[in-house]
Amino acid sequence: MTHFSAMSLLKNALNGHKGWREQWPDSEPKKEYDVVIVGAGAHGLGAAYYLAKEHGITNVAVIDKGWLGGGNTGRNTTIIRSNYLYDESAKMYDHALDLWEGLSQELNYNVMFSRRGVMMLAHNVHDVQSFQRHVHSNRLNGVDNRWLTPEEAKKFCPPLNISRDARYPVMGAALQMRAGTARHDAVAWGYARAAAARGVDIIQNCPVIAIRRGVDGAVEGVDTARGFIRARKVAVSAAGHTSVVMQSAGVRMPLESYPLQALVSEPVKPCFPCVVMSNAVHAYMSQSDKGELVIGSGTDQYVSYSQRGGLPLIEHTLAAICEVFPIFTRMRMLRKWGGIVDVTPDRSAIVGKTPVKGLYVNCGWGTGGFKATPGAAHTLAHTVARDEPHPINAPFTLERFTTGRLIDEAAAAAVAH
Amino acid sequence: MSTYRVSGKGRVNRGETVRFTFDGTSYEGYRGDTIASALLAHGVHLMGRSFKYHRPRGPVAAGTEEPNALVGTSRGKGRFEPNTRATAQELRRGLTVESQNKWPNLKFDVGGINDRMYMLFSAGFYYKTFMWPRSFWDRVYEPIIRAAAGLGRPPEDLDPDRYASRYLHTDLLVVGAGPAGIAAALAAARAGAEVTLMDEHAEMGGSLLSDPDVTIEGAPAWEWLATQLAELDRLGVRRMTRTTAIGYYHQNMVGLCEKLTDHLDDVPADAPRERMWRVRANRVVLAQGALEKPLVFDGNDRPGVMLAGAAQTYLNRYGVKVGDRAVIVTSHDSAYYAAFDLADAGTRIAAIVDTRDTPRDDLAQEAKRRGIDLLAGHTVTGTSGRLRVKSVRVARVSGGKVTDGRAVACDCLLMCGGWTPSLHLFSHTKGTLKFDDALQAFLPDYSAEDCHIAGAGRGLWGYEATLSDGNAAGVAAAVALGHEAQESRIEVQGDRPGTGVTHKELPTDGQPGRARAFVDFQNDVTAKDIRLAVREGMRSIEHVKRYTTNGMATDQGKMSNINGLMIASDAVGKAPPQVGLTTFRPPYTPTTFGTFAGYHRGGHFEVTRKTPIDAWAESHGAAFEPVSLWRRAWYFPKAGEDMDAAVARECAATRNSVGIFDASTLGKIEVQGPDAVEFMNRMYTNPWTKLGIGRARYGLLLGEDGFIRDDGVIGRLAQDLFHVTTTTGGAARVLTMMEDYLQTEWPDLDVWLTSTTEQWATIALNGPNARRVLEPLVEGQDMSAEAFPHMSVAECRVAGFPARLFRISFTGELGFEINVPARHGLALWEALMKSGAQYDICPYGTETMHVLRAEKGFIIVGQDTDGTVTPGDANLSWAVGKKKPDFVGMRSLARPDLVAPGRKQLVGLMTGDGKVKLEEGAQIVADPNQPKPMKMLGHVTSSYYSAALGRHFAMALIEGGHEMEGREVYVPMPDGNHAAKITTTAFYDPEGERLKV
Amino acid sequence: MLLIHCPYCDETLPELEFAYAGEAHIERPKDPSALSDEEWRDFLFIRTNPKGTHYERWRHVHGCARYFNAARDTVSDKFLTTYRAGEARPDLDRKEAAE
Repeated sequence: MTHFSAMSLLKNALNGHKGWREQWPDSEPKKEYDVVIVGAGAHGLGAAYYLAKEHGITNVAVIDKGWLGGGNTGRNTTIIRSNYLYDESAKMYDHALDLWEGLSQELNYNVMFSRRGVMMLAHNVHDVQSFQRHVHSNRLNGVDNRWLTPEEAKKFCPPLNISRDARYPVMGAALQMRAGTARHDAVAWGYARAAAARGVDIIQNCPVIAIRRGVDGAVEGVDTARGFIRARKVAVSAAGHTSVVMQSAGVRMPLESYPLQALVSEPVKPCFPCVVMSNAVHAYMSQSDKGELVIGSGTDQYVSYSQRGGLPLIEHTLAAICEVFPIFTRMRMLRKWGGIVDVTPDRSAIVGKTPVKGLYVNCGWGTGGFKATPGAAHTLAHTVARDEPHPINAPFTLERFTTGRLIDEAAAAAVAH
Repeated sequence: MSTYRVSGKGRVNRGETVRFTFDGTSYEGYRGDTIASALLAHGVHLMGRSFKYHRPRGPVAAGTEEPNALVGTSRGKGRFEPNTRATAQELRRGLTVESQNKWPNLKFDVGGINDRMYMLFSAGFYYKTFMWPRSFWDRVYEPIIRAAAGLGRPPEDLDPDRYASRYLHTDLLVVGAGPAGIAAALAAARAGAEVTLMDEHAEMGGSLLSDPDVTIEGAPAWEWLATQLAELDRLGVRRMTRTTAIGYYHQNMVGLCEKLTDHLDDVPADAPRERMWRVRANRVVLAQGALEKPLVFDGNDRPGVMLAGAAQTYLNRYGVKVGDRAVIVTSHDSAYYAAFDLADAGTRIAAIVDTRDTPRDDLAQEAKRRGIDLLAGHTVTGTSGRLRVKSVRVARVSGGKVTDGRAVACDCLLMCGGWTPSLHLFSHTKGTLKFDDALQAFLPDYSAEDCHIAGAGRGLWGYEATLSDGNAAGVAAAVALGHEAQESRIEVQGDRPGTGVTHKELPTDGQPGRARAFVDFQNDVTAKDIRLAVREGMRSIEHVKRYTTNGMATDQGKMSNINGLMIASDAVGKAPPQVGLTTFRPPYTPTTFGTFAGYHRGGHFEVTRKTPIDAWAESHGAAFEPVSLWRRAWYFPKAGEDMDAAVARECAATRNSVGIFDASTLGKIEVQGPDAVEFMNRMYTNPWTKLGIGRARYGLLLGEDGFIRDDGVIGRLAQDLFHVTTTTGGAARVLTMMEDYLQTEWPDLDVWLTSTTEQWATIALNGPNARRVLEPLVEGQDMSAEAFPHMSVAECRVAGFPARLFRISFTGELGFEINVPARHGLALWEALMKSGAQYDICPYGTETMHVLRAEKGFIIVGQDTDGTVTPGDANLSWAVGKKKPDFVGMRSLARPDLVAPGRKQLVGLMTGDGKVKLEEGAQIVADPNQPKPMKMLGHVTSSYYSAALGRHFAMALIEGGHEMEGREVYVPMPDGNHAAKITTTAFYDPEGERLKV
Repeated sequence: MLLIHCPYCDETLPELEFAYAGEAHIERPKDPSALSDEEWRDFLFIRTNPKGTHYERWRHVHGCARYFNAARDTVSDKFLTTYRAGEARPDLDRKEAAE
């Protein structure tokens, strides 16, 4: 692996950039691996990297039906934060955040983790109570998150409308300074390059047809478009397509896949210094390094793998943006796109073992998968290597849907009175 | 003086001049000009700077696909917008235009230093550096990168304009009013179809506006055009100009953005600026034409270098010649016609450089006739000139060798690399494309929607071919719609047919490593960048695009995608379709947020539900809080009171005498029918069979997962009739849930459900004097404690209005809830206020309601529960029917974790002296001195000052809380640790004595 | 925005009138208490989530308010058919052949 640095850049600039080599080889599958990871998104590639680096397991293949990083990794709004309500979630996302902070150096690939601060707006008394609960819980968990008055929120993010007459007035905000955004593609590429350097095979355009199980029920390998690949351990990290892959191993999942849309504006000079999330109004926005306003929309109501998404949702999303940031009505939407998110009944992920010996799963991240990337990858690698979960992903079992020990971030936000 | 205006040419109105400014200099143009055509008429090509290298740039195109000539435009406060395409924005009087991405000015831009250091800023360079030292990323590198990025400056003021939206249902929508679109619309309309025809430009006609010299059906092009448009109008075709089809959605829904005022001198009062049309069409004809491709060679981005077709448009449509001395470089026949038109208008054509070895005979003859030097089998290897192209270096290509390079002086270079069928909308439908080897272009393949593609969009060229194809598409659409129609050929004389070849970057005799051959102009992506990306392992076009940012500029790859693909596929060594085509994504042209938001701004963002008593509350100075879609009176401050003081007063008044509360937002559902009681038994945890007529009961509703979803008091009005109340926010959810079970799980039950939330106004009277206030107004019900005890319901008249009267209490005081038809709500409220005057009746809001209920330990679902709380956790086991065989959620209550010890349970929490108010949401620990992350036991759910208790009190969800009564726990706050004792939740009048009156 | 045929109203109307209501043909057990925790979990949470034909429920909430079933291709989002609640899963092959 060519080391990346200002010096290597300069040296190559002088010779016309002839010296750069491929960042990862496009590998052909071998007959057998110790571990096969299905899905070459940043989660799967990251898991391969940590398997190699921390557990010494390098005979690993990451297989994808398309190009690496072509799924949700490259289709999200790149928000990174850890100010979750339940201890389990806060620990998982905070673990990820710790890894995010050193990731560029770890991978020798600038993932441009930008600690811009994530501000969550409260628009009613219930929001205030709920976010205060976040703030207090985060504080005792050692997770940074603080409460801002509407005026403080406006000072932090000047385009914000804090008029008392707004349809949903801002009653305060929870701010996590350590949170921010990162360059999504770079995360996939950085993990791919670092994993490949440690011997991991990245096999693209090779759809997995089925997970094969032996007579004892344990995993034997995967049938792919390029033939059977033997592996005693298979980890599925296929986001929206997890149900389908797991079904082939006879495991039915508590998952549904929904279309999620996002969009960016034309680029303008810096005008939006942080990430703002407004759950009540459904507005999520930040500004990219390039100057585009990056905006998250919602999921369509129906299960779909079409990556298409409807117009009404975009209309509502931009109405919400104009409600919270009215000076942006004349900004233009440049492009919108769709991804497929897999959602569990309690809106929290599943990372762990399955009823099938040798089969592991990482899924159900819904709309929050990007921020979890290093944490999910790291704990998945631990689980696969040791055949037991890391304490951080231990609560995120498939089992909880039987016992009822849900981690229900969504229900916690439910409002009644 | 506009030296480059050509007399007798163009469609602009020379009778009407329009003044505007560009970077502070005043210019004059004509009505019908764009900013670009007007500036070009003054010889101004330099209009912008590129994104990364800050290279000087002029317009390369003449439409919305323009990547270079992006400007800021303004017409006064709040009406500034960045990144406007100078090539599309029509002139209007007083238009202020500023160039972008430059400092201090457009001609001398300090950012141009980047261009000197271009070798450092190769594709993806930022992934490889700025990592050391680590702290520099936040503090130094990133701020610099961000400050350098972005094109225009952001808007800063509130936008005074309005935006609108409409639905349109049409038999046939034709997208694009060029020759094919017009022919299609006409064929379908003649056959009797109801047709909508739309186009992005100010005028219909498309390429015909740039080609006046062809003759169609015996008439000159523009005359033919006028005749056809007149016939379309006669046939009642809806014609829309300045309208862009931005996206093609499921089942033939197409979104259109219509610009209504940007071209007008003055903004009419109340006129929307833009309107979103949501069109649902039975059939769609896509006639979007084709986009001309640039050629990729060193220096192809200097001001003065533009597409040949654009130059032809500036000449014929706007009457502007783009230079005095032009060189043409082309790989397609179409550029010859541009050269001929320009030559005929007085531009000296220094040379036509054709990359192909054998130009078409007739074209070569025509060139010769005009004395134009035709260099076949040649290439362009470079250009010179800083702010405007000065010369072009041309060279011969033979046997792969580039020789005989020489400079040709010029002030403009017109290029044509062939044409890309415009299939953006088709692509939105997930229709598939196939690569046509002969045309070297992607053409439509499988169509996922009911649409036809006509004309240049499917690779046809020449007017006779595209017009006839448009006619055929119109006929096919009409036939599909059930009309009869016959295809007909549309004859064209003096047609301008053509073919061409597609190139990667042009061959050069220079060092390829030094060539600055741009593929994506705006993002400064060069051919070299694309080759570098491939060398670094990016083998799919998606990876190449993301690594280099090719195609991600504001033209969304309209100029660059195919050229990028050709170069990438050459570098990878695979055919273009194997390297792939990036997906086109909506919108076709960038569209303002305001257009999408439409009417949904300010107070119309979402409806505000108001009760019949809302106006009274407002006029009496209430503070309001938003609760789901409702606004509710929060408290009624008197002069000088803050919220705490008002609430303390309201609480005391209610407990000491009587308070009045608007409870109209409570959800109300009528459950009626012979099986009503069985339905209630199955839905709610409580038993309902034995509830007498005229009696009421607290009802608890779980989700099937066993967790609390909703609650409310439910009265039985008849054997077969229950009046169910729900929480304010839960009303719709509860009704949906009930309907779901009733319709799909228990269709055997004979029950009707009716939402009556908005039919009833509900007023709660609470306090020891409540009966005294109410009784004089009641007819038809004995109000004595014996005849109408706690938890009763009756139908009677109150203040002369028919009423459903409940005796219930959410405060612990003697309480009544009076429901009257909503239209009488305000009158009842005023009658009660009048009757209560002698008792100093006190209106109170939701905050006092919360305090009073909390003093009694009553929960608010969603505040004291969070979606993981069971009835047992919330001290509500008494509300669960133990002998019932089943109810929604019952099975889940037996799941292992729901019966395990250590669940979070609802308890009371009292700080030592009662002076400390715990914050709602504050966390509770056993040991406040433990290190972080701390082991948290739970959190404070409700916390108030109680006027009745004379102290603060709280409720909390705490792990194993029910076994911890009397134990001390801690609430660590930034200002110190608060000790608190766990208590029961019956804080006030635990025996319920105050109800026994 | 999808167009949806309501089998009760017998009209094809825009999605805005309808609410999606999850996978179809998951019947609530008649005697939940008799089920094991695993069986109850399957009823509560396990979903088919297929890439292809999905049998699902919709409610014509801003119309007749009835729940009905639909078969829809989750790859193209195209509705194959809609039918009334309580009716058996249609035989799509036969339906296609008849059309």
